[in-house]
Amino acid sequence: MTTLPLSLTVNGHHHELEVDTRVTLLDLLRERLELTGTKKGCDRGQCGACTVLVDGKRINSCLALAVSHDGAEVLTIEGVAHGEELHPVQAAFIAHDGFQCGFCTPGQIMSTLGLIAEGQAGDDPERIREGLSGNICRCAAYGGIVEAVLEAQQQLARTDRRTAA
Amino acid sequence: MRDFDYFRPATISDAVAAAAEPGSAYLAGGTNLLDLMKGGITSPERIVDISRLPELNRIETLDDGGLRIGALVRNADLAHDPAFAKAYPAVAEALLSGASAQLRNAATVGGNLLQRTRCSYFYDTASACNRRQPGSGCSALGGENRLHAILGWSDACIATHPSDFCVPLVALDAVVEIEGKEGRRHVTLEEFHRLPGDTPQRETVLQPGELIVAVRLPAQAASFASHARYLKVRERTSYAFAVVSAAAALVVDRGKIRGARLALGGVAAKPWRARSAEAVLLGADADEASFVRAADAALADASPSGDNAFKIELARRIVVRALTSALAGTPAVMPALPASPFSSLPGVRHDA
Repeated sequence: MTTLPLSLTVNGHHHELEVDTRVTLLDLLRERLELTGTKKGCDRGQCGACTVLVDGKRINSCLALAVSHDGAEVLTIEGVAHGEELHPVQAAFIAHDGFQCGFCTPGQIMSTLGLIAEGQAGDDPERIREGLSGNICRCAAYGGIVEAVLEAQQQLARTDRRTAA
Repeated sequence: MRDFDYFRPATISDAVAAAAEPGSAYLAGGTNLLDLMKGGITSPERIVDISRLPELNRIETLDDGGLRIGALVRNADLAHDPAFAKAYPAVAEALLSGASAQLRNAATVGGNLLQRTRCSYFYDTASACNRRQPGSGCSALGGENRLHAILGWSDACIATHPSDFCVPLVALDAVVEIEGKEGRRHVTLEEFHRLPGDTPQRETVLQPGELIVAVRLPAQAASFASHARYLKVRERTSYAFAVVSAAAALVVDRGKIRGARLALGGVAAKPWRARSAEAVLLGADADEASFVRAADAALADASPSGDNAFKIELARRIVVRALTSALAGTPAVMPALPASPFSSLPGVRHDA
């Protein structure tokens, strides 16, 4: 087994680790750091359940070799809320029934954070569906997910305007 | 997954030297390589991680008006680069029609060219596959092959190349910049991928250890910016590989075609430049009759490799549709569903 040192900041916490070169970022988060909110669905980049933000961008953590991301800043679902206060995207998913079983939800929410940051979809439901097509929902809660994204986006835009004013 | 050594070179020459060792593989975005390693299709002994080589991350305008795209530029960054999308709209649309947002954030320019076929028998190590294991046979022949090749295939392999990005690139005369132990060389994208013949395991002209450092577009490629389109038929409208796709680009002056580029995706083991169709179009009236003649020329040599005769007629229709859409003009904004023939666009007949 070949191991290498790895330094990683996850949800604001710094980690110095020694990892097997074969370990994916997904397995590192779940098995070593015990952050099991990020889900392993297909483990092949097809379902989106493992979506996290790496240096601000959404990626499939199952297709990311951990050692290749030495020094990266990672945000997982565990780092999204402020203490007990839910992030507007999380609150909107609850308000609009954007899930049923909940397995895909961490990935859906992380992907939504990426989508909003990218700023490509605007308030067009078709662009939101296209922008989230990398996240599969076996319960087919897609209608609620799109409504949740629309509302969260509007609320974040209002907050931005208040902050700017 | 097999244990491997991991090496992160600081320079291109260090990378090329390291990868010259047998059993080495370059790692960039990893979106295809990790998938292949998990499935046991590829088992490198040594990973050469080039993802941090700084000089491969740039998009540069060249003195001759051409463009040089570093091999590590991420698909999403390239597609959303405003100057790039304006000059090469069909390339941006092709990029955005491929994979998912997560994958486009990780996948790179060089990796896109080198991605492996999605033939399910290639991925299934219990099946015969001459591409994965030379001489073992081809389970796709006589298997589930409705999505397989209709052009350039052989009895050894009927797989297709899955890239969207490469289709408009090959139409626009893109050139691949390659670094090896002997120095740097340039190969046209049209010559870069090989047809299977008797050696489907040799997918490109790259020699062992050679590294793609950039893709270049000549200055002329931007002259099609106002009349260029990429259209892609999928089994679902997003996040699926092409059944058939086409990139079309025109220069039209007073109703006559003065410049024409056409390439097809999902039809062969390489992005398929349709030069015979371009010859039909050049100097012809810019109308549907010319587009139908061009489509016939593009598919003249096509033949089914299995249960996929429908792809020949589908390809003809998508060629006519892409040319009609290019003639109508590049859309002012990126369509909500990039490359989808199901988006309504002015000037395009629904039965085209």
